[in-house]
Amino acid sequence: MGRIEHEGQPVIELENVAYSYGGGELLSDISLTLQPGSFHFLTGPSGAGKTTLLKLCYGALIPTAGYVRLFATDVRNMERDDIAMVRRRVGVVHQDCQFLDHMTVADNIALPLMVSGRDMLGEMANLKELVSWVGLTERADAMPPELSGGERQRAALARAVIMSPDVILADEPTGNVDWEMSQRLMRLLVELNRMGKTIMIATHDLALIRATKAQVQARVLRISNRRLQLAGADL
Amino acid sequence: MSIGILSFKEFLAGDAQADRVVPPTGFTASLTVFSAGAMAFLAVFALALSLATSRLADRWGAELARSSTLRISAPDEQMAAQTAAALKVLETTTGVASARALSQVEQLALLEPWFGPDLPLDTLPIPQLIEVIENGHGFDSAGLRLRLAAEVPGAILDDHTRWRRPLVRAAQRLRLLGWLSLALIGGAMAAMITLAANAALSANAQVIRVLRLVGARDAYIAQAFVRRFTVRAMTGAIAGMLAGLGAILLLPATEVGGGFLTGLGFQGWHWLTPLTVPLLAALVAFFATRAAALRTLRNMA
Repeated sequence: MGRIEHEGQPVIELENVAYSYGGGELLSDISLTLQPGSFHFLTGPSGAGKTTLLKLCYGALIPTAGYVRLFATDVRNMERDDIAMVRRRVGVVHQDCQFLDHMTVADNIALPLMVSGRDMLGEMANLKELVSWVGLTERADAMPPELSGGERQRAALARAVIMSPDVILADEPTGNVDWEMSQRLMRLLVELNRMGKTIMIATHDLALIRATKAQVQARVLRISNRRLQLAGADL
Repeated sequence: MSIGILSFKEFLAGDAQADRVVPPTGFTASLTVFSAGAMAFLAVFALALSLATSRLADRWGAELARSSTLRISAPDEQMAAQTAAALKVLETTTGVASARALSQVEQLALLEPWFGPDLPLDTLPIPQLIEVIENGHGFDSAGLRLRLAAEVPGAILDDHTRWRRPLVRAAQRLRLLGWLSLALIGGAMAAMITLAANAALSANAQVIRVLRLVGARDAYIAQAFVRRFTVRAMTGAIAGMLAGLGAILLLPATEVGGGFLTGLGFQGWHWLTPLTVPLLAALVAFFATRAAALRTLRNMA
């Protein structure tokens, strides 16, 4: 397939990428360019390789063939510390959220600030504002296991954006929440996109994609038979 | 900054935030504190053994190396004459710095550990002992024996060589054994802390994944674990050291038994040496945990 592009300088670029695991090829000949401010949906059946493709996009996996460039640097030329620095520019929301259960919700949201050595006192106002933005002010001192599915997703989203990253990658962010909460989460992501953030969301919820496309100009990509293609006009 | 140049200064300064990212509880905490405490307790004893044997070897070496004993066995009526003759021979012997006949009180003190304090020395045929101190060059033992055989027939020269060397050698080997024990204790502690650190790192694989996800460098993650294990090891070692010092204090004093084992302990400034045990334990924990963390993080990459 041809290169899927968006105008401007790419923040993430995949060129003829393949990824194999356990002797089988999961992804083949993937080329994708994410430009600043773009909004992408990544869809496809379960097991198609959506999560694998997202992991390639933030350096959690190294391609077995082809090139992945994160902010213009080939991921193969990056040391682990370089990957860590990239992660500060790419906010990731996992379906299972992945929190530190011994720390409060507010601490988990502030975790990227802690690991980057920011002055926490100086960031308190921003943290409070962000917690309020995702509607978790009342739950800030709760522990992650006490949160509902929707609250966990919102907390994960807050954690992903607290460093004001250039890119937000979300893997089935609405997988465990009801329709109303899905809509609320998508509104937050659309709002972030309007602030100039590049967004890519892996989901198999076509209704959600249609609803979101009414609010924002988004491209829908589909993984099919290990390859990436633009989705049809029906989406 | 990479983990390879993790600054010890930075480590000592600590990072309250980093310390919080690793869950505070778990069996590895108790395991580390306990093993560090037990090892520190044993280390204090090994240190005491090493220092005591060092003192013993030095004393035996110093006291015996330059002294000999002349024993005169003669009938009572000849004892004084032979003693005087022997002293005269010794005065004119090259290499002898001084020679003096031991008094009855001194000889009684030598026999007291075996026969008790009420020994009737005057009723027993006790030989007269003469203490001979050599000068820097020493004397010719064979030549002196020949002269004594000719002039003092009841005199037997004992230059202590036969039993001094094995004793000094034994003391030196005991000292070596003490230092070897300390090294083994350090190694065992490193092994135990490494196992505990590996267990903690494995148990916290999810924590590590989350930290990496949000952009934590390996140095940051490793430091969180290293600092925690080092503090635990130091805490355990302080407790173990204090217990070891208490046990040493409860040992019988040297004067009570007068034997070698009762001399096991610290003297003078040596009482300060156990203070190094917690510091060494912390260093061992620092490097053991750092190596384990580096290995685990590399494997998890």
